[in-house]
Amino acid sequence: MARHTLVALVEDRPGVLNRMASLCRRRGFNIESIAVGHTETPRISRMTIVVEGTSTMVEQLRKQLDKLVVTTKVSDITGEDIVARELALIKVKATSTTRSEIMQIVDIFRAGIVDVASDSVTVEVTGDEDKVDSLLRLLHGFGIREVARTGRIAVTRGVSVLAAMEKATPSRVRRQKQP
Amino acid sequence: MKMTGAQMILDGFVKEGVEVMFGILGGAILPLYDTFPQFPQLRHILTRHEQGAAHAADGYARASGKVGVCLATSGPGATNLVTGIANAFLDSVPMVAITGQVTRPLIGKDAFQETDITGITLPITKHNYLVLETQALPRIVKEAFHLARTGRPGPVLIDVPRDVFTEEVEYQYPRQLDLPSYRPVFRGHPAQIRKAAKLLDEAERPVIIAGRGVIVSGAYDELRQLAETAQVPVITTLLGISSFPESHVLSCGMLGMHGTAHANLAASETDLIIAVGMRFDDRATGTVSTFAPRARIIHIDIDPAEIGKNVRVDVPIVGDVRNVLTEINKLITPAERVEWLEQIDEWRRQHSSSQIRESESVLPQYVVDQIREVTDGKATIVTGVGQHQMWAAQHYRYDHPNILISSGGLGTMGFGLPAAVGVQVARPDSTVWCLDGDGSFQMTIQELATIAQERLPVKVAIFNNGYLGMVRQWQELFYGKRYVATPLAGPDFIKVADAYGIAGARATRRDEVTSVVRQAMSEPGPFVIDFQVEPEENVYPMIPPGASLAQLMFDPKREGVRQ
Repeated sequence: MARHTLVALVEDRPGVLNRMASLCRRRGFNIESIAVGHTETPRISRMTIVVEGTSTMVEQLRKQLDKLVVTTKVSDITGEDIVARELALIKVKATSTTRSEIMQIVDIFRAGIVDVASDSVTVEVTGDEDKVDSLLRLLHGFGIREVARTGRIAVTRGVSVLAAMEKATPSRVRRQKQP
Repeated sequence: MKMTGAQMILDGFVKEGVEVMFGILGGAILPLYDTFPQFPQLRHILTRHEQGAAHAADGYARASGKVGVCLATSGPGATNLVTGIANAFLDSVPMVAITGQVTRPLIGKDAFQETDITGITLPITKHNYLVLETQALPRIVKEAFHLARTGRPGPVLIDVPRDVFTEEVEYQYPRQLDLPSYRPVFRGHPAQIRKAAKLLDEAERPVIIAGRGVIVSGAYDELRQLAETAQVPVITTLLGISSFPESHVLSCGMLGMHGTAHANLAASETDLIIAVGMRFDDRATGTVSTFAPRARIIHIDIDPAEIGKNVRVDVPIVGDVRNVLTEINKLITPAERVEWLEQIDEWRRQHSSSQIRESESVLPQYVVDQIREVTDGKATIVTGVGQHQMWAAQHYRYDHPNILISSGGLGTMGFGLPAAVGVQVARPDSTVWCLDGDGSFQMTIQELATIAQERLPVKVAIFNNGYLGMVRQWQELFYGKRYVATPLAGPDFIKVADAYGIAGARATRRDEVTSVVRQAMSEPGPFVIDFQVEPEENVYPMIPPGASLAQLMFDPKREGVRQ
């Protein structure tokens, strides 16, 4: 069992996320994170789905997702050379005495303070899950009030297969008439 | 030109080659039905339950190779279709289901007879649509038929709010499809095909396992050519029955839980499996971990997700079965496999399960055998689900293409009678026999009314053993003979048939069997036979659940059979 990162290019229509999530549930996968957003191609969204499973299990899930009429392409990019990031907003308890210590830790992690209140600060951090986890561990002692994490998004390094494929899609997508 | 939503749907049906629709109307779908008189070329058959409509469309699709169409109203009408849609999904049957929905302003308000049918059918349709803009209807109808019939066929549902049926908009049926993300692969990869041909040339004990994909793609001749040229025995799955003539010297019959002994033993001992349009269902493979331990596997299927799903595959070939077999046939060299075929023949002789023992009572196997005799093996056999289904699969000896229509994947009791409605409509000049159990039959017995109203000459053979027989068999063998909730009392099926205006007869002794089958055949209309069969007869051979294919159980009642 290992953690796998699937990247799916899907049509941007109502109900698509539901189809993807429902299929993961039906095939017995727990989604660790899912991030959805627009791509450089109109009407195509990109989903980054993190699931745990053996390679065989995840390959079966990938094929099933790929089979949905609304998916253009689903790839498992786990073994590839990728850049993976997530963003977290962490609201930490802070008093006048602890605030400077928190700011030092934030600096070390190249994170930033995006909001300051009388008894808390909100930290914004970007990085892989390990980095976010480590920062959370360090801030834990100060008292964490709230955490919001986006889940992983990822691209392959260099001239990527997905980008090449996305280049091939615009002509097909342009023909697509939406209601 | 302006048209209402209802007119656009029916015009789309005509353009897609629809001839017949099965359904039941209600408030939400009434505007569509109200438009029928404007399209007299479309025949509508009123079933007595929406499940019947879905199964009838399913049977029609399997028998005709066309897309089956069923209609239901919102709420309970739509949910009643669900079993039939799931059945079509698991057996890859092309179907388009139209459901009425409450008007758009009421959606999401828990309105009267509102249900989220697109949500409910999400995991059991190939795709589904909720139509919120009337202008989108022509595109959706065209897409639905294309999705249903291409690639791996399956059901597509379109949920249409009542006010979409009645809204008038400018209409033009799209000439071209616009499905950028849907691209089924039809041609097999040439390198994989070469690899497959090479493996076959090298194999000593190969077998072909043929599934419904052969029937769907119409690859009967290609399969036969492959088998004959390379001298490869052919095993079929339940749904692969009638993809290869069972009287052929290379035919081994059915694989799996109630398959023939020689098919199961051959599948255990083989060194190469060529799996053609089948999906390694657990009822066919037995325990997967012990399935075909010495075999390499070539898997040909149009659905890439089936490959490697249940068993490890050495040579995957994604493509249309007929296309792929044509290419493989160009590469293979003629072979002789005398030793291997003799070995299979020996297993066949040792464990012959086609002989029927002597008995004064009505043996179900004998009933199937006599129906075959009288119909000369040319009838289309439609079954329910249970023991009778297995006897029908084992004893009819299917020599003609696509003449067994049965519920495989979902195992839907009650499939037989409504499916026979669709099959008879698709094949008006053929003899259609519905072989059903007394339990299975009672689940959709109301469709006798449809048969009577449409004057469909379906012959119904009820294997009446007074039990939910297949479950009783499991209770006998694995649950200490505790027959909990399996005994069934009545009814008098001949009186029931009579109430529907259908003729019938009963057979209680072996010597009555042939004459009542003849009587049914001489009747121009429908006919119901109540065969009072041996109540505790079991289906053999049997591979117990959780066992491997080689661990066959044989009928202890038969002499001279190795245990």
